Amino acid sequence: MTTPLLQVRGLSVIARTGQRDITLVDRLSFDLGEGEILGLVGESGSGKTLACRGLMRLLPAPNLRVEGQSVRLAGHDLLQLDEAGMRRLRGRELGMIFQNPSSHLDPLMRIGEQIAEGIRLHQGASRREARAEAIEVLRQVGIPDPQSRVDNYPHEFSGGMRQRAMIAVALGCNPRVLIADEPTTALDVTVQAQILRLLLELRDRRGLSMILISHDLGVVAQTCDSIAVMYAGRLCEHGAKHEMLARPRHPYSAGLLACHPAAQPEAVRMTTIAGQPPLLDDLPAGCRFESRCPQAMPLCRQQLPELLEASPGHRLACHTPLLAGGLS
Amino acid sequence: MTTLLQVKDLQVQFPAAGSGLFNLRPRKVSAVNGASLNLAAGETLGLVGESGCGKSTLARAILQLTPSCGGQVLFDGTDMNQGNPVDIARLRRETAMIFQDPYSALNPRQRIGQILAEVLQVQRKVPAAQIPARVGELLELVGLRAELAERRPGSLSGGQCQRVGIARALAVEPRLIVADECVAALDVSIQGQIINLLLELRERMGLALLFITHDLGVVRRLCDRVAVMYLGQIVEEGPVHEVFTAPRHPYTAALIQSIADIDPARRLPQDPLAGEPPSPLNLPSGCAFHPRCRHALPGCGDTAPPEHIQGARRHACVHPQLPC
Repeated sequence: MTTPLLQVRGLSVIARTGQRDITLVDRLSFDLGEGEILGLVGESGSGKTLACRGLMRLLPAPNLRVEGQSVRLAGHDLLQLDEAGMRRLRGRELGMIFQNPSSHLDPLMRIGEQIAEGIRLHQGASRREARAEAIEVLRQVGIPDPQSRVDNYPHEFSGGMRQRAMIAVALGCNPRVLIADEPTTALDVTVQAQILRLLLELRDRRGLSMILISHDLGVVAQTCDSIAVMYAGRLCEHGAKHEMLARPRHPYSAGLLACHPAAQPEAVRMTTIAGQPPLLDDLPAGCRFESRCPQAMPLCRQQLPELLEASPGHRLACHTPLLAGGLS
Repeated sequence: MTTLLQVKDLQVQFPAAGSGLFNLRPRKVSAVNGASLNLAAGETLGLVGESGCGKSTLARAILQLTPSCGGQVLFDGTDMNQGNPVDIARLRRETAMIFQDPYSALNPRQRIGQILAEVLQVQRKVPAAQIPARVGELLELVGLRAELAERRPGSLSGGQCQRVGIARALAVEPRLIVADECVAALDVSIQGQIINLLLELRERMGLALLFITHDLGVVRRLCDRVAVMYLGQIVEEGPVHEVFTAPRHPYTAALIQSIADIDPARRLPQDPLAGEPPSPLNLPSGCAFHPRCRHALPGCGDTAPPEHIQGARRHACVHPQLPC
């Protein structure tokens, strides 16, 4: 493979509470190729969203900070840029869409203006050009009758249309990487399928790269090229989609897969992962999954496993990985 | 099996916002528009549909938490819509509800023990002296340690709070539990634990369960029968396995097609369902689904669809079978 479009090395997000530092995202490293869709999965609180906000340097609270070696995108190191440089890059190179479109669109601003604002700021377009471009983007995201819809306010759109509008706001600036944070969680299944299909089309048409954050392995299975699993702030496995779904090697990935309602439909009881994730301010010295892991051995309690390449293109952080045959 | 709950042609309307100056042009939203369903004792019925289709309103109307304006809710043979206070009190003693958000369903200032004891006191289920012991029993029943009775909801995890919600529902020793999206807010690994708990309790106590969800995968695992709701009406009802393998209503077929499956070989459906549900303020004439239906016939917009009953299955569509 050629040089990846986005290269993240050792990205950490650290919270300062009182006198202590708590590491919420711990030394995340991954590559994202051109036109690749990476699914970032994990349970709530595992750091998926914070990691992505960290790499955009858009952290939601002042006591959070980003540390790390580098985040390389389009010849820049995002960790070295000052705030002005970062602002030039955000939107233009890196777009982001969120779970709840209603709370991320300005209710007092027409949809068209929200799309045009970014186009004017980043591309220096005139109002008229920006408006024409906004109509074109709305058409691309599948809004019917974009000429008249461009003057609507968000409340005049349905939930699915608002999500399309938010995608249009992000696409208006022509980013190369789109971070989609649970883009379909708030939507109904039939609308979810429409939005996922739209994201795939945009990738095919524009060569857009994407990081799709989701807790639903079903969503990820139907859209992504590769899957990265996070647990308690760390990446535990990262590989090609088919490999990850057919032969997960980390016990947590295998457990997540087995918990999905569609897995093993004949079984009477659902598979579960006993216990709960550790608290991030009270992490064990060893593997963070150790207390819930059916495979754990004494070493797991003592030593934190590093994310290492287990086979070409497949990285794994586990002392006792499952055999390549799946659940042992 | 005996029928525990029978809902016949239930109607629930709400006054809509924007009813003109001084309410001169009153407008109504028909949230539930002639819904019918049956639930036998000890059975689990899944109620599915898109958000806004009236699932929760139907459930609340069944439990008489929202007034209905037509139809019947027969609980154990008594029409609760016409019920006197004695009947309603009996309904309260024999039914319970589990809510979606486990944190907001519990009072953050009360200890878990108090939350459960309150139900026991109000419903006079056990003598006052035995309440603490019963609280301990209930917590154990849902897989929590009895010591948690001293804690407050804020110090419990989401899964633990949901277990407390279930324990509170069980405190009245109900014959029917209505669970409204009770696993939607939980992570997959915890979701499985709660579903297993419900499965186990159903077997042990012979509970009837009305399980409301938008997640069809969960219904397939948990329920005996499924009712599919669209814009305030039940469009299809039947045993889960039959409905999932051979849906008869086009809407059910689209829903099942849209389930995000973990099989990577399966592609996203081409276009499962065009558009989005219309506003309940302005229901389409005839079959409410006809504007989005790919199998609609010219007459679908004029007359309500006929109901086909075949064995244990029922669906409302002009087509007796799903057209290919």
